[in-house]
Amino acid sequence: MMKGLKKWRLFSLLTVMTVFLSACGEEYISTLRPAGAVGKEQLDILILSIWIMTLVVVVVSAIYLVAFFKFRRTKVGENHMPKQVEGSHTLEVIWTVIPIILLIILAVPTLTYTYKFADVAAMDEVDEEGNKTALTVNVTAKLYWWEFEYPNQGIITAQELVVPTGEKVYFNLIASDVKHSFWIPAVGGKMDTNVDGINKFYLQFDKESAGLNDGEGVFYGKCAELCGPSHALMDFKVKALEPEAFNAWVTAMQATEGQTADRESSDIGEATFANSCLGCHAVSAVAGNGLGPNLTTFGDRNRVAGFMDHTVEDTTEWIMDGMEPESKLKPGNLMTGKYNVTPEEAKAISEYLMTLTVEK
Amino acid sequence: MSSVTQKKGFGAHVWDYLTTVDHKKIAIMYLAAGTLFFAIAGFEALLMRIQLMFPESTFISAGLFNELLTMHGTTMLFLAATPIIFAFMNAIVPLQIGARDVAFPFLNSLGFWLFFIGAVFLHLSFFLGGAPDAGWTSYASLSLYSPGHGIDFYILGLQISGAGTLISGINFIVTIITMRAPGMTFMRMPLFTWTTLVSSSLILFAFPPLTGGLFLMLVDRMFGANFFDHTMGGNTIIWEHLFWIFGHPEVYILVLPAFGLFSEIIPVFARKRLFGYSSMVFATILIGFLGFMVWAHHMFTVGLGATANAIFAVATMAIAVPTGMKVFNWILTIWGGSIKVTVPMLYALGFIPSFVAGGVTGVMQATAPLDYQLHDSYFIVAHFHYVIVGGIVTALFGSAHFYWPIMFNRALNPKLGVLTFWIFFIGFHLTFFVQHFLGLMGMPRRVFTYMGGQGWDLFNFISSIGAIMMGIGVIILVIDVLLSIKSEPVNRRDYWGDGRSLEWAIETPLPFYNFKQTPLVRGFDPYWIEKEEGNKEGMVYAEPLGEIHMPNNSILPFIMSIGTMIAAFGALYSPWGDQVQAGTATGAPAVVSLALIIGGLGLTIACMIIRSFKDDLGFHVTVAEIESIEADLANYRATGKKGGNK
Repeated sequence: MMKGLKKWRLFSLLTVMTVFLSACGEEYISTLRPAGAVGKEQLDILILSIWIMTLVVVVVSAIYLVAFFKFRRTKVGENHMPKQVEGSHTLEVIWTVIPIILLIILAVPTLTYTYKFADVAAMDEVDEEGNKTALTVNVTAKLYWWEFEYPNQGIITAQELVVPTGEKVYFNLIASDVKHSFWIPAVGGKMDTNVDGINKFYLQFDKESAGLNDGEGVFYGKCAELCGPSHALMDFKVKALEPEAFNAWVTAMQATEGQTADRESSDIGEATFANSCLGCHAVSAVAGNGLGPNLTTFGDRNRVAGFMDHTVEDTTEWIMDGMEPESKLKPGNLMTGKYNVTPEEAKAISEYLMTLTVEK
Repeated sequence: MSSVTQKKGFGAHVWDYLTTVDHKKIAIMYLAAGTLFFAIAGFEALLMRIQLMFPESTFISAGLFNELLTMHGTTMLFLAATPIIFAFMNAIVPLQIGARDVAFPFLNSLGFWLFFIGAVFLHLSFFLGGAPDAGWTSYASLSLYSPGHGIDFYILGLQISGAGTLISGINFIVTIITMRAPGMTFMRMPLFTWTTLVSSSLILFAFPPLTGGLFLMLVDRMFGANFFDHTMGGNTIIWEHLFWIFGHPEVYILVLPAFGLFSEIIPVFARKRLFGYSSMVFATILIGFLGFMVWAHHMFTVGLGATANAIFAVATMAIAVPTGMKVFNWILTIWGGSIKVTVPMLYALGFIPSFVAGGVTGVMQATAPLDYQLHDSYFIVAHFHYVIVGGIVTALFGSAHFYWPIMFNRALNPKLGVLTFWIFFIGFHLTFFVQHFLGLMGMPRRVFTYMGGQGWDLFNFISSIGAIMMGIGVIILVIDVLLSIKSEPVNRRDYWGDGRSLEWAIETPLPFYNFKQTPLVRGFDPYWIEKEEGNKEGMVYAEPLGEIHMPNNSILPFIMSIGTMIAAFGALYSPWGDQVQAGTATGAPAVVSLALIIGGLGLTIACMIIRSFKDDLGFHVTVAEIESIEADLANYRATGKKGGNK
C-alpha cells in the first residue's frame, strides 16, 4: 500500500513537471514535447534528473541561506570570535554518501538507455525472402543540405525526410565534406554525421506531422555541429506519415524512375533547367546520388534551400543568388557560380520546379 | 641594483617590465594582458548577443559571426581566464609559501612573453585576412576545409601561448614543491597553493596532447600532411580525442584555482578556519585525477559506441562527488562563523548557488542518453557559462578586490564593487538561465541567426539584455580600477583585518625580495596563529637577517618569444599550405617562408645558447641595503614620500 502510494506520488510529481515543461517551446521542434518513443524516454530521463538536481539545489541553497542569515557579523556582533572548527568526519561521510546514492539512481537509467538507444541489431534482420524488415534511411549531410536515401526502396530525396509512424526507423549517418550532426529535437536526439565512417541509430515517430504549425505539417530538423558560415541555415524538415500514406509515397517516388527534364521542352523553365541545372539536380527519385539536392519532390516541400519561403519569388531569388560572386542568402553554399541564367529564366525554372511533385 | 633608485622615466619603466623576472611584476603584466583580452572577448560576445537579440537579424554576417564565436571562446579560455589566474598565482603563491620568488624566475618571464606574443599573434588574424572560424574546438574536418589563414593563426598562436602556459605550469610545480618556507608542510599549505599545484600538474599532463594535436594540424594545413584528412587515410576523430584530452582538464585547470581563491576568501570573511581542510585537499586531487578520465563526455554523439559512452558517463558523474564535498565544506565554513559581506565575500556568496546550478546541469549532461538531446544545443552553452562565469569569473573578480591591496597597495572602491557585482550577477543569470530552455526548445548552439516562429524569440531577447548588463558591470569594474590608481595607498599588512595565511602578514608595499627574513611556519593559517599569540610583526623568522640572493633581469625571454613569432609567420605563409595551393590564401615564396622559420627559431635558439653559456649568478642584497630599503619603505608608509625602492 505504502509502496503504491509512493509510486503514485512520484508519478504525480513527474506529471506536474511534464505539464510545466510542455508549455515550453513549439510542438514541431521542442524536446519538451516529444513526438516519438526515443524523445519521450529522453524527456523522462530529463525530468528524473531535473528532480534530483532540484533536490540538490534546494537542499544546498537552504543550508546556505540559513548559514548566511544566521551568522552574519551584524547579528553575531562585531567582536564575536567563532570557534575554529577543523571539520567533521560524520558530515563528510554524509555528504559523500548521499550524492553517491543520488548518482546511482541516475546512473541506472543512464546505462540502460545508453545501450538501448545504441541497439541497431534489427537493421540486419531479414524476412524469408531476404528483404530487410526494418526501414533504413541513409543520411548524407553536405554543405549545407541533407540527402536521404532509402536503400531498400531504391529512392532518394533531399531536404525533407519522409518516414512512417509507429515503427523504428534506422539511420546510417555520414557526411560527405565536413562534420555535421543530425538532430530532430521533437523526435529524439542526436547523432553526428562524421566524414570518417557511418554512424547508426534509430528514432521512432509516433505522431503524424500533418497539421503541425498551422498546417505546415512538418517536424523541424537541425544541423547541430558547426559546419561553416551557413551552419544556422542547414535545416531540414520531417514528414511523418501513417504507414499506408508512407507506402503510397514510396510507390509514387518509385514511379518517377526515368523522369527527366527535356532540353527541347516548350516550357522555358524545363528547358533551361535541363541545360543549366540537371547536371547536378536529378528530377527522378530513382536516380543515383546527385551533386546537388534531388528535386523530384520540390513542389511538395515547405522551404527553399532549407529556410526560405516555398514560393516562386523566393525560389527565383535563390536561383539568382547563385550567380553572385559570393552567396548573400546562404554564404558558402556550393551552388554559387555553377550556372548562368537570366532573371526571366530563373522565374521560369522556379515555376517548373513547383510542378515537381509526387504528393499532389 | 641600487637600493635607492630615483624616479624613472617612461622608457626605463617599459624596459623594467620587458626584462623583469620579479613574480609580482609578472603578475601585474599577466593581469593587465588578461584583462585586455577579457575585454576583447567580452566585446565579441556582446556583438554576438546583439546579433541574436532578434530573429533573422543582419547586424553581423554569417562568416564574421563564426570568427567571433571562435575568438570569443579561444580568447576567454586561453588568453583571459588562464593569464588572470596566473596573475593571482604569481602574485600570491610565493607569498603564501614564504618564498622570495618562484623557482625559475627566468622561465616565469619566458612563460609570460610566450603567452602574450602568442595571443597578439592570434589577434593579428583580424587584420591579416580574417580570424579563425571553426570554433574554439576547431574540429578537424571543418578546420582543414576553412579557407584563408584564420585557422593557421589559431594553430600557431595557441602553439606559442600554450608553450608559455606549460612553462609556467612547470615553474609553479617546482616552486611549490621546493620553495616552501621552513614548517610549511604540504598539509599546512593554503588551499590556493594546493589548487595551484594540482592545476599546474594538470597543465603538465594536459597541454602536451594539445601541442601534439596542434602540431599535426599545423603540418596538415601548412605543409601538406594528411593526419586528419580522411580522404587520404587520416582520421578526424583523432583530433577530437586529442583536443578533449586536453580540453576537459583545461576546465579544471581554470576552475580549481578558482576554488582555491574562494577557499581563501571565505574563511577570512567568515573569520573561521576552512572547514574540512584535508577533505578539501583530497577533493582537489581527486577532481584533478578524474578530470583526465572523462574527456569523451564531450563526444557522446560522435558514435564511440554504447560501452564507451556508458563508462564515460559514469566517470563523469563521479566528479560530482568531490565537487559536492567542496561546496558543503564552504557552506560549513560560514556556518557558525561571523560573516562580513565585503565585495570579495559577495562574489563568494554569489558563486556558491551559481556554481551549484552549473554543476547539476553538468551531471544532467553526463547522463549520456539525455545528452543526445542536450549536446550542441543552447543547453550546453548555458551549462558551461554557469561554470565558467559563475565559477571562474566570479572568482577572478572577487579575488581582484581581495588581493588588490597586496598587488597594488591600493584598494578598490567597495561601493563601485557592490554595484558591479549586482549588475554583473543579475545580468549573468538573465543571460544564461533562459538559455537552458532555448536548448531544450531545440535551438542549436553556434548559430549566427534563427528564423522567427520557432518559439525562441523572447528568451533570446532576454538573454541579450542580460549580456548588455554584464557588459555594463565590467565597464564599472574597469572604472573602479582606474580610480584606484589615484586613491590613497593602503600601506599596511592584513588589509581586511582577518587575514589568515602568510601573504597577509607582510606589509605593503612589498620590497622586491618579499620577506626580509624567511618566515617560520608553525601551523595551518600561520598568520592567524601569530595574531592569536599577539605577535605584532605577524611572523616569526627561520633565519637571522642576512644577504639575500636575487635573480638578474633579462631581456632574453622577450627576444625568444619574438623569435617564435617570426617563425610562426614563416609557417603561416608557407607556399606548401593546403589553402595557399587551393588559392584561398596568400603564400610567400619558399625562400622567404623558410628564411623566416629558420631565422625565427634560430633567434630563439641563439638566446637559449646565450642563456646556457653565459653564467648569470644573480646578485646579492647586502644586510645594509636591506636595512636601507626597509627604512625607506617604513618612511614611505609613514609620510607617503617615495625615496626608496618599491
